[in-house]
Amino acid sequence: MSTSAGVMRGGVYAIGRGVMSFVGAFGGIAALTGDVLAAFVRGPREWTRTIQQVHAVGVQSISIAFLTAAATGMIFAVQFGFGLQRFGASLYAGKLVSIAFVMELGPVLTSLVVGARVGAGITAELGSMRVTEQIDAIRALGASPINKLVMPRVLACTLAIPMLVLMADLIGIIAAMFITMAQVGVSARFYLDQVLTTVNMNNLSHGLIKSIFFGYIIGIVGCNYGLRTWGGTRGVGQSTTESVVVIAVTILIADFFLTKMLLPLL
Amino acid sequence: MNPIVSFRGIHKSFGPKLIYAGLDLDVYPGETLTIIGGSGTGKSVMLKCLIGLMRPDAGTIQAFGEEVTGQSERELQSIRRRIGMLFQGAALFDSLTVEQNIAFPLLEQGEKDSDKIQARVGETLELVGLPGVEKQWPADLSGGMQKRVGLARAIAVEPEIILYDEPTTGLDPTNVHRINRLIRDLQKKMRVTSIVVTHDMDSAFDISDRFAMLYEHRIEWTGSVGDATQTQNAVVKAFIEGEIGETQVIAQVPSDGRPAR
Repeated sequence: MSTSAGVMRGGVYAIGRGVMSFVGAFGGIAALTGDVLAAFVRGPREWTRTIQQVHAVGVQSISIAFLTAAATGMIFAVQFGFGLQRFGASLYAGKLVSIAFVMELGPVLTSLVVGARVGAGITAELGSMRVTEQIDAIRALGASPINKLVMPRVLACTLAIPMLVLMADLIGIIAAMFITMAQVGVSARFYLDQVLTTVNMNNLSHGLIKSIFFGYIIGIVGCNYGLRTWGGTRGVGQSTTESVVVIAVTILIADFFLTKMLLPLL
Repeated sequence: MNPIVSFRGIHKSFGPKLIYAGLDLDVYPGETLTIIGGSGTGKSVMLKCLIGLMRPDAGTIQAFGEEVTGQSERELQSIRRRIGMLFQGAALFDSLTVEQNIAFPLLEQGEKDSDKIQARVGETLELVGLPGVEKQWPADLSGGMQKRVGLARAIAVEPEIILYDEPTTGLDPTNVHRINRLIRDLQKKMRVTSIVVTHDMDSAFDISDRFAMLYEHRIEWTGSVGDATQTQNAVVKAFIEGEIGETQVIAQVPSDGRPAR
């Protein structure tokens, strides 16, 4: 009895610690956001480093974003094709897949998958720099880690994620087209016609606006955890894990509120 | 003579751990002052407080007659550009080549002429005895070479003060000797003020003009190298004779003193 009570108490403490850590992280993220905005206004803006980061965040994530979008598009085409058959509406799978992809699946899944890859990379890199005193060295040499490290990464994520999402939308819809063609027997022309009459600019903007926020979340959370790393290599591992979890949870929470906010507007 | 650096009434704690309780110290232009003391007494923290990487809880620090303690991160940049620092682990940027590492502070100071930058990189590498390693990556260099590149980076902008954080720790005797000689040579050639933190007493005697012994949260004693050998101060005698060393180790905390999450 006492053992199970101890386990339960331990579980409650662990949940409490997790919630406190999550809430605490937001203070750091808000402060870092202020620093980044001030640094952006004051300059210097490190465009060369930003372009290098867009390459690291965007170009190097194309394959994983492609794979995720293609797999999701195919699975959803199978699901919708099968599900709609009961109502005799399987011809219209393209409508559902395309709207779901553009407004929800593309932005959220791409951001979650790319966020895990990029967020972990940013936190591990900045965290290692922190524990080896490289961040201190930047400050000691009269430069600002916010301008040199944080701003290029946050900007790159904010710019690259919407571009990846746009690509993912396209790939997902096309992947779903092949499955729908094979499964339901519709022509490519019919499917694309369904897509074009369903998806409008408002739907596309809805998804892209959300992905701009998701990109920003990936950059700022990744940098915040990296800069706050302490405790040697063990600390780097811990920060990286926490960063990935906070990125995923924050994207999901932000998705709910952004969707609530944007749906009446767009 | 007016001090170039002065610490007055410095108090600093990391959580419950007390580091300084009213620390005072003056450093004079052109001298090499070595801060000695056991591991974990806060020697490196003094250097970090001096360039604003950490902030004391109370007290004032002045450098070049300017108050350091109240300055914002942005205001500190101008003081930091007049002070070079060699970090304990060299802290070279691993994503940059040796040349880019040394060019970093030059570019930060607004130097745009790439020929001038290249010439200065070559000159500093020559000075630390490492000509021709410009294109190498930090990971390709040995620990001793990394420290020398770190020193080249610290002196690239000809600072008026150089801070050395454990410059010889973890090096083999040949490299220890080489680094000591470099510190002495730089002292002669550049006439800089040097503040060295070390617990390596052989090196300390080799390079210093003056010692400051950090003990029990304060500067316990200051005096010339000659004074150190003849002092009757029991703590200094015990430290030099190797009877005081390890004290409680300071918990590893971020350099801006923020508590861990």
